[in-house]
Amino acid sequence: MRAVITVTGKDTVGILAKVSNECAKYNANIAEVSQTVLQDMFAMIMLVDIDHLTCGLSELADIMRRMGEGQGLMIHVMHEDIFNSMHRI
Amino acid sequence: MINNTEILETIRMIQDENLDIRTITMGISLLDCADSDIERSCQKVYEKICHRAERLVGTGEAIEKEYGIPIINKRLSVTPIALLCGISGGDPVRYAKAMDQAAKAVGVNFIGGYSALVQKGFAAGDRELIDSIPRALAETDVVCSSVNVGSTRAGINMDAVALMGDIVLQSAKLTADNCCFGAAKIVVFCNAVEDNPFMAGAFHGVGEGDCVLNVGVSGPGVVRAAIANAPDDYDLTQIANIIKKTAFKITRMGQLVGSEASRRLGIPFGIVDLSLAPTPAVGDSVAHILEEIGLESCGACGTTAALAMLNDAVKKGGVMASSRVGGLSGAFIPVSEDAGMIDAARCGALCIEKLEAMTAVCSVGLDMIVIPGDTPAEVIGGIIADEAAIGMINSKTTAVRVIPAIGHKEGEELEFGGLFGSGPVMKVSRYSPMKLIRRGGQIPAPIQSLKN
Repeated sequence: MRAVITVTGKDTVGILAKVSNECAKYNANIAEVSQTVLQDMFAMIMLVDIDHLTCGLSELADIMRRMGEGQGLMIHVMHEDIFNSMHRI
Repeated sequence: MINNTEILETIRMIQDENLDIRTITMGISLLDCADSDIERSCQKVYEKICHRAERLVGTGEAIEKEYGIPIINKRLSVTPIALLCGISGGDPVRYAKAMDQAAKAVGVNFIGGYSALVQKGFAAGDRELIDSIPRALAETDVVCSSVNVGSTRAGINMDAVALMGDIVLQSAKLTADNCCFGAAKIVVFCNAVEDNPFMAGAFHGVGEGDCVLNVGVSGPGVVRAAIANAPDDYDLTQIANIIKKTAFKITRMGQLVGSEASRRLGIPFGIVDLSLAPTPAVGDSVAHILEEIGLESCGACGTTAALAMLNDAVKKGGVMASSRVGGLSGAFIPVSEDAGMIDAARCGALCIEKLEAMTAVCSVGLDMIVIPGDTPAEVIGGIIADEAAIGMINSKTTAVRVIPAIGHKEGEELEFGGLFGSGPVMKVSRYSPMKLIRRGGQIPAPIQSLKN
């Protein structure tokens, strides 16, 4: 199973490091990372493997959200299935 | 592999355009709770609801977090209580209190099913339940009631229509110190559906299984934004296509959440209701979609045509996205719950007569409309009869949920707060249908009923 982590907001130094650090802490293996600028919005999208997560997915979502709030960033952790079901038949 | 644009599109829909799952509603059959002793019957009702729905709210919240999509309401619907009343006798309000307590114990925000189906006549328990509705709604907090007074197969029970005109008025009067909220918790239906997940009209039909999970999706903001992004020279066929594609995406969310929730709860997945359900939040309005299609204000000439196209396109897109569709399925047009409708009603662009025409082509009926508090019961009965007739002849569900604003006159406003919004008191024709309503009896089933 995989989850998508998205980070949006103003660009600052060390975003990637902080997010990947948290991923490592809870054993979420990063499979893919990409950054885009869409409609003047900085966006980082990470695909992580959550099969061996040491905490629950909703817990990870909470941790990431709180970390983002501290830095003016929006961080969402969402199960991959939501995107698959919306965009693929 | 999902690409970044698609990921960002989903997030934008949820963050900026108010995409959400409006409700996951667990339908619970109470047929096995019926007992000739009302005390025992109420106890069984309480226990079964608590047992079945114990994990509903927790499961909903977990899914919300893991998938990142808000599930606004977790609700319950139960077997029409009139059936249990018929067996046990006694004061039906006791059932309402048992439902209220059970709903609060499991943490849902509404429970529907304080209902009676009387389209062809009153059976044991029906009249007692209907008479008790105003009291039940005033003495409980989260219980919702509905009464089916007509159907395409049966015609319209005009005795029930006359009765309901009075019941709606009494419900408002008994809750006059609370924005007449009692009347907002009662729906009078024609062709009521058995698997509706939306309040206040949800009940768990007797043809349903023991326990199922139904889902109602939402997303007017997403549809409006998609149309707003389309070039101005798009014709209506192209606009309809945009709505279809968007409805598909919205409904897929409902399908995913519904199947996941039912899997985790270990109960069958019922249906996805292909709905566009507005909220008073800015940007979450069905009226604004109609205006985006090309009307100066909702209520202008052309509104019915735009709504018909919208409603049809939502169904066409949605039906592809879900394995099981049902419920009311279509665009809702509640006045007080839709910022665009409120504005249109306030400025006089939208009147009850236009809303009535709109109900012929959309999901349900006259919904969350505030009327003057001194409207006579027979006039409310007339409104119900008109709506039921539209439903009966067109083989569709129609409903009336009007709120007589006790102590308020046309032009004033009633503020409910939250998802229920606020509404201007709308003008109602004062010419009396007294003689029609007093005649009572049954409007016979129309020729449309003879399909076999």
